Amino acid sequence: MGLDSLALLFQFVELMRRNIFSLPALRSLWPTALLAALLCGLISPGCKKKDSAGNPDEIVIGEFASLTGATASFGQSAHKGVRMAVDEANANGGVLGKKLRLVTEDDQSKAGEAATVVRRMISREKPVAIIGEVASSRSLEAAPICQQNKIPMITPASTNPKVTQTGDYIFRVCFIDPFQGSVLAKFMLQRGWKRAAILTDVKQDYAVGLTDFFKDYFTKNGGTIVSEQSYSSGDKDFKAQLTSIRGTDPEAILVAGYYNEAGLIASQARELEIKVPLLGGDGWDSPSLIEVAGEAMEGNFFSNHFSAEDKSPAVQDFLAKYKAKYLESPDAMSALAYDATMLLLDAIKRAGTTDSEALRAAIASTAGFPAVTGNITLDTDRNASKSAVILQIQGGKFRFVETVAP
Amino acid sequence: MDWANLTQQLINGLSLGAIYALIALGYTMVYGVLRFINFAHGDVFMIGAFAGLYVHRWLKPFFQWLPDFLSALVVLLLSMLICAVLGIIIEKLAYRPLRQRSRLTVLITAIGVSLLLSYSAQLLFGAAPKGFPQLIKNQTHDLSGGVSITTEQVVVLVVTILLLVSLRFIVQKTRMGLAMRALSDNPAAASLMGVNTDAVISFTFGLGSALAAAAGIFFAMLYQAIDPFMGILPGIKAFVAAVLGGIGNIAGAALGGLLIGLMETLVVAYSKNIGIPPGFRDAVAFVILILILMFKPAGLLGKSQREKV
Repeated sequence: MGLDSLALLFQFVELMRRNIFSLPALRSLWPTALLAALLCGLISPGCKKKDSAGNPDEIVIGEFASLTGATASFGQSAHKGVRMAVDEANANGGVLGKKLRLVTEDDQSKAGEAATVVRRMISREKPVAIIGEVASSRSLEAAPICQQNKIPMITPASTNPKVTQTGDYIFRVCFIDPFQGSVLAKFMLQRGWKRAAILTDVKQDYAVGLTDFFKDYFTKNGGTIVSEQSYSSGDKDFKAQLTSIRGTDPEAILVAGYYNEAGLIASQARELEIKVPLLGGDGWDSPSLIEVAGEAMEGNFFSNHFSAEDKSPAVQDFLAKYKAKYLESPDAMSALAYDATMLLLDAIKRAGTTDSEALRAAIASTAGFPAVTGNITLDTDRNASKSAVILQIQGGKFRFVETVAP
Repeated sequence: MDWANLTQQLINGLSLGAIYALIALGYTMVYGVLRFINFAHGDVFMIGAFAGLYVHRWLKPFFQWLPDFLSALVVLLLSMLICAVLGIIIEKLAYRPLRQRSRLTVLITAIGVSLLLSYSAQLLFGAAPKGFPQLIKNQTHDLSGGVSITTEQVVVLVVTILLLVSLRFIVQKTRMGLAMRALSDNPAAASLMGVNTDAVISFTFGLGSALAAAAGIFFAMLYQAIDPFMGILPGIKAFVAAVLGGIGNIAGAALGGLLIGLMETLVVAYSKNIGIPPGFRDAVAFVILILILMFKPAGLLGKSQREKV
């Protein structure tokens, strides 16, 4: 039983004693209640936790991910990527002669939950570093906690620039939204779509940031935003916004948000006979995107970190290993999570220790690290500068269209 | 003013409002006979949608010989039946033993039942949203002036009207309906006149839950994705709709539902013109609730009655 829960129990018992058991009728119950509470605490097996931090033969890697909830697909994919990297390293004899132990916590895709699980993980498991999250909002929640505890955190796929601005212990292995926004804007302008409408998930830092950077580039380079609408994660009805957008006659629509809502938006847009293409960012990357929307998704575009159709040996090698292990194709989230973990392990090797300051410095000095999603060099802002790909949904598959270099 | 846009928004709002209306009926009928708010009603709505999904999955092999609308009807009726049974069981197990207790006890139990249902559903079906199959072939029909309506919207509106008419028939023309009204008017007197109150209350729960199931299926049809927590917001909004129309009043619940659906849609559609960000769409219902409670607590169609002391 952890110290904090003991303190909590004590407080609770004290409160009960003062307020309830002090009633004359209940006074006689009080010793029984105390006994019961104590027995409960002793018997319940979940409370006992062996002190793993003391085990000198293993290195604990922490991971927090949205294994369930609205963006479960992100968390599941990322977790598979991390798991694969850790298993591979362990099969090769571990790192620094020690076995790796992966500790994974589920934040249920909920705001607020990420902070809770990361705090708990840090106090209980004492990980040397933490991998997580895909969604920027939840990375932003956990980052200050990792920074405070001086535990390096590497986010695989959070693209909002604010994430790594939290402090010098926070890193990422993906590009950031000022780049992604400009890629999407450039792509639209190249295709001659000069009138764009925007639909943004205002509850997600990722979506708000992406919209801002897109708008900035798009309007400076000759495009016009004809309509700006918004929604909140979890909404199911977008017909009001889409009807307004339809009235402004755009040539393309940017849907800044995650796959669940994007799928619903696509099918409702087609129902309202909006025939122009929808465009999105890496938040669309999930098989659920097509499951929900079906044919309505056909022909739409989104920017992403990597394409499974990439013929480079690094990607093909990863693809083969991943398929052999999980019997399914990886998406960008699993590739990035794999890269983040490999980069971390490489840094531990280079540092020669898991001491937090040395490890931080080793991660920060990563240069030209060969990863699945492209070579990673971390800049002074702890961001990776990498190229993006544009994918199009064709026949229920994500087809590669083009690569855009930074 | 852009009339095509407004008409389109009204169609969107009406189909959303029809769903709220169906849920609101369950709240209002239960309030009518038992004088308490069944907060688990929104979760019955959710179970209705999941029942539809699984009924459709299990019966799929048989459906290929049936025309679309017939198989959709089978899914709808079976889900309504499942939820009616669920509603009756909930009443029997959770509320009946507490009938003589204070209303607050029952209310808190209802919240407990609501949590039990949604978390059991999460355990059974998983937390990730599930896609809902297209029960009927969905097509977009063009009306004049750039306004369009989908087959699903037509079905939702027509079936809702049919359900409302048959509900009115049940309540006004059948003996069971008469018993319901008697019970709602004066439970003690109704019981003295030989009304089997337990049976009537069970029936009311069954009827309300069946309507919630229909709403669940319609919601899933219109918005294609269902999850264990989908019932919470529509449930609360339907509760507001019931209060808006005058809680305990059946016509009021239907009217309140339609109004809430319309207002929500219009606020999002004209958020720029009226200066309310679309993110506040869910707040609309609650502001309405506060205003109603402040200025017309009996609701639009409700009769205000004096509490006897």
